[in-house]
Amino acid sequence: MAGVDIRNLRKQFGDLCAVDGVNLSIREGEFLVLLGPSGCGKTTLLRMIAGLERPTGGEIHIAGERVDGDVPPRARGIAMVFQSYALYPHRTVFQNIAFPLEASRLPRTQIAEKVQRAADMFGISRYLDRYPRQLSGGERQRVALCRALVRDPKVFLLDEPLANLDAKLRNTARDELKRFQRQIRTTTVLVTHDQVEAMGLGDRIAIMDRGKVRQVGTPEEVYEDPVDTFVATFVGQPPMNLLDLGDPALPPRTLLGFRPEHFLPRSVFQPDEDVRAFRFSVRRVEYLGSDRYVYGSISDGAATDTTVIAKLPATIALAIPEGEQQEFAVPRRALRYFDAATGSSRKI
Amino acid sequence: MMERRTFADREEVLGAVMLAPALAYVIVLVGVPFVLAIVLSFSNATAGSLSFGWAGLGNYAAILGDPIFLRALRNSAVVTVGTQLLVVILATAAAQVFRATFRGKRFARFVLLLPWAVPVSLAAIAWTWIFDSTFSVINWTLKASGLLHGWLYWLGDPGLALTAIIIVQAWRIFPFATVIVLAGLASIPQEIVEAAVVDGAGFWRRLFQVELPLLLPVVAVAVLFGVVYTATDLGVVYILTGGGPANTTHVLPTLAFQRGILGADLGQGAAIAVFLLPFLIVVAVAMLRLARRAEVGGAAR
Repeated sequence: MAGVDIRNLRKQFGDLCAVDGVNLSIREGEFLVLLGPSGCGKTTLLRMIAGLERPTGGEIHIAGERVDGDVPPRARGIAMVFQSYALYPHRTVFQNIAFPLEASRLPRTQIAEKVQRAADMFGISRYLDRYPRQLSGGERQRVALCRALVRDPKVFLLDEPLANLDAKLRNTARDELKRFQRQIRTTTVLVTHDQVEAMGLGDRIAIMDRGKVRQVGTPEEVYEDPVDTFVATFVGQPPMNLLDLGDPALPPRTLLGFRPEHFLPRSVFQPDEDVRAFRFSVRRVEYLGSDRYVYGSISDGAATDTTVIAKLPATIALAIPEGEQQEFAVPRRALRYFDAATGSSRKI
Repeated sequence: MMERRTFADREEVLGAVMLAPALAYVIVLVGVPFVLAIVLSFSNATAGSLSFGWAGLGNYAAILGDPIFLRALRNSAVVTVGTQLLVVILATAAAQVFRATFRGKRFARFVLLLPWAVPVSLAAIAWTWIFDSTFSVINWTLKASGLLHGWLYWLGDPGLALTAIIIVQAWRIFPFATVIVLAGLASIPQEIVEAAVVDGAGFWRRLFQVELPLLLPVVAVAVLFGVVYTATDLGVVYILTGGGPANTTHVLPTLAFQRGILGADLGQGAAIAVFLLPFLIVVAVAMLRLARRAEVGGAAR
């Protein structure tokens, strides 16, 4: 089995603990996304799997073999795509893709054959004689993927491979990446700080913060049932609303959480639907085409001045006047609860 | 009232005025002496008189038939090429060392740059002692470590003297070359080197297939500067050997100086100096092409 097992992995840079006791099991053939804000340790974790960084403690097993000590990157059966793609500028596309094969001392005829096959798969056969600087961003990315895949790695590591593409290209590139991975079924670990990318690509997502993995789960799991307030606010755009209403029906110091898209005018719901209603003072309405974001605060119960955001799809055409109080509601099934002190989720 | 256009607003005039000093410098201190040297090389001018007559190709005929000149021409080539080879190897190796972090790196870098800051003449005098026939510390060290039986007369043997000249020239240029190569290494993106590591390339493959090719343009610049430094240098050879023993270690500048100034035969001195031209033209053309390629490469990004 060509999965990756990470046990209590740590990495210390001086006083800074970049990766702090991570346990993670990546299944064979799985597309796992490491998601987190910059500086959360996700890239360090990836670099330790690759062998570019030496762990301070803990274990890494790739395909059942322990690799964290002295096993160099080339012996780990991994391939990596860097954020900048790191193509060799003085080598043609062909020579770039052939480089890992040359390094493993494959005969010339086999190299040519493998490069050609890989290039066909990525649709870059036409560019084999060109230099990287003569290619567009999307083409460079494909060359980088091609170079990584040409020697059939057991694990495929990607460090923010879409970050350098412009927004228009990113959607197509994401789709391509996902299709390639489905096709080749190689275990893949991708690092990103973009939660949309993570949701779209990952079979599972591991969310990291300050060196620790907070939650691992399918996109639905981490979105629907975040384990703590960090995950709740990091995944989803706009983030989940978190309120301390001091509700006597709830245990003390409990935060109430709900997604902006569940926070809608009361009139949208059926009268008999099980909802929690709020008085919502609307401060400002942002028109974004497909959605409207409504900013305001809750003004009943123990009123707070915490900003609450409602996300209304364009299908709700109700007029929402600014500066007025409205009756808004959240379906009870969409309510989440968190411990105000620890941030971890609470079942109620 | 509208403000008047000032001098600084008149770009066509301002441009000309600001260019003038540079132009004057090039014309008066480079152009005129250059033309003068070529004119003198066809004359029978001497240092003693202000008038001179036309000598045609006489000076050239004389020096081309002169074994000392031919030897100097060969020495110039050997010293220039030999020095650059030594410098490239040393500078690349030193740059690899200085890229690492170690205790005392700042001090080491300071020491590395010293040869560059020392005046040529002072350094050359110090080197004459290092190569001295009686007190040579090199001989002493070699003998003490048992590597040498007998004695090396560094500046007394033509082959050894030329080697000594190459060593001193390399010693003088290598700090500058190291700095250039270090800058070149720093400009190689870390991710490219790491990609090579992940792609399975070992140290030598990384060095020869990734780092050196990427360094090539930078190393070329260092070499071209080095060629200019060594080919035109008078001081080191003049002080170290004075062209001796028996005129075997002359290079073009020292021979031109000896014939033209010390020997007062300006015409022949100029003719010898003109033979530096091919060296320098090659360098100038190479530099311009390199600069152009850098520009084109930049535009293609």
